[in-house]
Amino acid sequence: MSVILVFLLVIAGFAGWWLSHQRLTNKPWLEQGLAGDLVGLDRSALPTAKIGLGVFLTVVGCLFSLFTSAYFMRMGLSDWRPLPLPRLLWLNTGVLVLSSIALQCAVVAARNGQIDMVRLGLATAGLTALAFLIGQLMAWRQMTEDGYLLSSNPANSFFYLITGMHGLHILGGLVGLGRTTVGAWNGARPERLRLGVELCAMYWHFLLFVWLAIFALLAGWAATFIDICRQLLT
Amino acid sequence: MVDITPADGIPPAEVAEVELYHPHSWWTKYVFSQDAKVIAIQYSATATGIGLVALVLSWLMRLQLGFPGTFDFITPEAYYQFITMHGMIMVIYLLTALFLGGFGNYLIPLMVGARDMVFPYVNMLSYWIYLLAVLVLVSSFFAPGGPTGAGWTLYPPQAIMSGTPGGQDWGIILMLSSLILFIIGFTMGGLNYVVTVLQGRTRGMTMMRLPLTVWGIFTATVMALLAFPALFVACVMMLLDRALGTSFFMPAISEMGEQLQHNGGSPILFQHLFWFFGHPEVYIVALPAFGIVSDLISTHARKNIFGYRMMVWAIVGIGALSFVVWAHHMYVSGMDPYFGFFFATTTLIIAVPTAIKVYNWVLTLWRGDIHLTIPMLFALAFIVTFVNGGLTGLFLGNVVVDVPLSDTMFVVAHFHMVMGVAPILVVFGAIYHWYPKVTGRMLNETLGRFHFWVTFLGAYLIFFPMHYLGLMGVPRRYAELTDMTIMTESAHHLNSFISIMAFIVGFAQMVFLFNLIWSIRHGREAGGNPWRATTLEWQTPQTPPAHGNFGKDLPIVYRWAYDYSVPGAKEDFIPQNMPGSFGPSREQA
Repeated sequence: MSVILVFLLVIAGFAGWWLSHQRLTNKPWLEQGLAGDLVGLDRSALPTAKIGLGVFLTVVGCLFSLFTSAYFMRMGLSDWRPLPLPRLLWLNTGVLVLSSIALQCAVVAARNGQIDMVRLGLATAGLTALAFLIGQLMAWRQMTEDGYLLSSNPANSFFYLITGMHGLHILGGLVGLGRTTVGAWNGARPERLRLGVELCAMYWHFLLFVWLAIFALLAGWAATFIDICRQLLT
Repeated sequence: MVDITPADGIPPAEVAEVELYHPHSWWTKYVFSQDAKVIAIQYSATATGIGLVALVLSWLMRLQLGFPGTFDFITPEAYYQFITMHGMIMVIYLLTALFLGGFGNYLIPLMVGARDMVFPYVNMLSYWIYLLAVLVLVSSFFAPGGPTGAGWTLYPPQAIMSGTPGGQDWGIILMLSSLILFIIGFTMGGLNYVVTVLQGRTRGMTMMRLPLTVWGIFTATVMALLAFPALFVACVMMLLDRALGTSFFMPAISEMGEQLQHNGGSPILFQHLFWFFGHPEVYIVALPAFGIVSDLISTHARKNIFGYRMMVWAIVGIGALSFVVWAHHMYVSGMDPYFGFFFATTTLIIAVPTAIKVYNWVLTLWRGDIHLTIPMLFALAFIVTFVNGGLTGLFLGNVVVDVPLSDTMFVVAHFHMVMGVAPILVVFGAIYHWYPKVTGRMLNETLGRFHFWVTFLGAYLIFFPMHYLGLMGVPRRYAELTDMTIMTESAHHLNSFISIMAFIVGFAQMVFLFNLIWSIRHGREAGGNPWRATTLEWQTPQTPPAHGNFGKDLPIVYRWAYDYSVPGAKEDFIPQNMPGSFGPSREQA
């Protein structure tokens, strides 16, 4: 369970930092009225939707940390046989990186008010994300054809489970991206469009990060890395 | 006393309007409503409905335990199904949904001075997915093989084997699917509760001016958002084990002489995941109760809450600590004793902030102007019950005490006191307190007092004797206790007595439900602020609050939530949105 505890430690650190800015040591019973400097404490200047997405991504991060924790615990048992990952995953990774880059371009374009570039970026991101999902399905197919079935070994089970979960999150993101894209073509208000694009980009970058982490996990590098850390500590 | 209002007057409330959704038809106003208040009532009604099912299940269990062999239809399989569904419904579908979905939805926007939740559409979806989860759960009663009888902890491998009711039928699949749905629905609601507290607060409402109810619900929601994914992961993996034959949790095992296809899985992994959710869950239910009870005590004792800052810190501290105590539920799983020692230590440490809260409640009551209203009675009963249940928790937190007691009725008595009775008493107190705001009418006083005394004394007569049964060694989870040497005749009598008390207490809840329905039309008119309370929900222009909560202008907050009996003030309470400076509060200058 160490992975999830480290994740929670990071969350706790962030929560602590935020709480320390809420004047938790003030004596509210002695302060009446409204002061200018209290206004700054009322709420964050960030758009509410971004904070909402941030909270949601924390939950998603928690979910994948727990899968990782379970992976490491199950890995220690004797029947674990690591599986060779299909090379196709490298290509998929590249496609997902492209998708993120396209969305980042869309963000920059939205800030500069270049609507054509925004449309181009959104469409590219959507198509590459779809290509990623198709690539993942093909990787699954390749695995089953090579005889690495879901239930034949826990390493296989985790591979299908974790990549499947990640794929579902991409699929959900595509719904949001689709709505933003439709808005970009139907003339949504610029500030609204910009927020939508920024939210999509935030979600995409996060899922790219999650993918890189689970790729490292499934390929076995994460375990090697942890072993090295452990040896350094002892 | 510092008045920190700027000398050049108060700037207008420049809080950006939440884009309010305006319903256009009866359906969108009362059924598919995006108004948090309607959603709160929907959540509460659904939770109460499914809670009644769980109440009936507990009666059936008590029939079997109190009068073994009398009722033929309660087979051992049926008994396990009752026990499982009772536990799961009460903990998740009733308490969690009621505190966060019910009270959270109703009180957060009103108490922080917002017009609604920040994402009303997602909030509506949250309720409908919750309802779907409940329906899937209920459907398992009608599925072939009946609901699962795996115990509310659903431990593998037994949960998905044919010896357990529902293990190889639909029961466990429906249970796991229902939980997955519940978690998805809850995450949607939880996002709203957290972000509304962060971003929806009106002008002047700093975090340190929030009523403790909001602090409790806020912290509990943050914890739930971080803890429920663990249950989600456990449910998904067990579903794969059951449906597709993977071996996440299932070891090599044979059933009826036949080797199953599972191989090498780890049941302990499930226990870790389950309790990583399961222990924070205790505090997900307890923290809103802590918060609400602080407000009830302060309001009905006409005195500011003692040690507000300490209360806030304690809530946050308990929330953080509760993530590092989960393995104290697993002392008997054969874990490393050093591991157990670590978790025993953290478990005992968590008693410190909890004790701070209890002291502060008692000190708030000290020399207060205590009005023994029904909400106050329930709040007082909560403190007593929580202390009782918490003390046995200190016993069970120690490995050496827990190991012999772990499988006895002592544990049943402990967690029913601390996690069942105590939060439910707060739920009742809170309903008596806020019902006038929700409906505009008071609940009937006579029926309410009857309900309180029967529930409070009855619950003690049920669960106190159970501690003795547990110390005698009477095991939990057994459908039949007749042929055991430890079951003396007096123990049997005690069991029958407990069962009879359970029926009486259950009957009192019917009186309460009658009161809830009857008073909607026939209750005494309450007016806007019957308890003369300070918090914003009592200052709304209409009662019940209209869509948008606060009329044309949002309130501006000038003070904390506990200005009761302030010397020099005209009345013994000063609403949070009243400007002006008054003398120092008593005690804490």
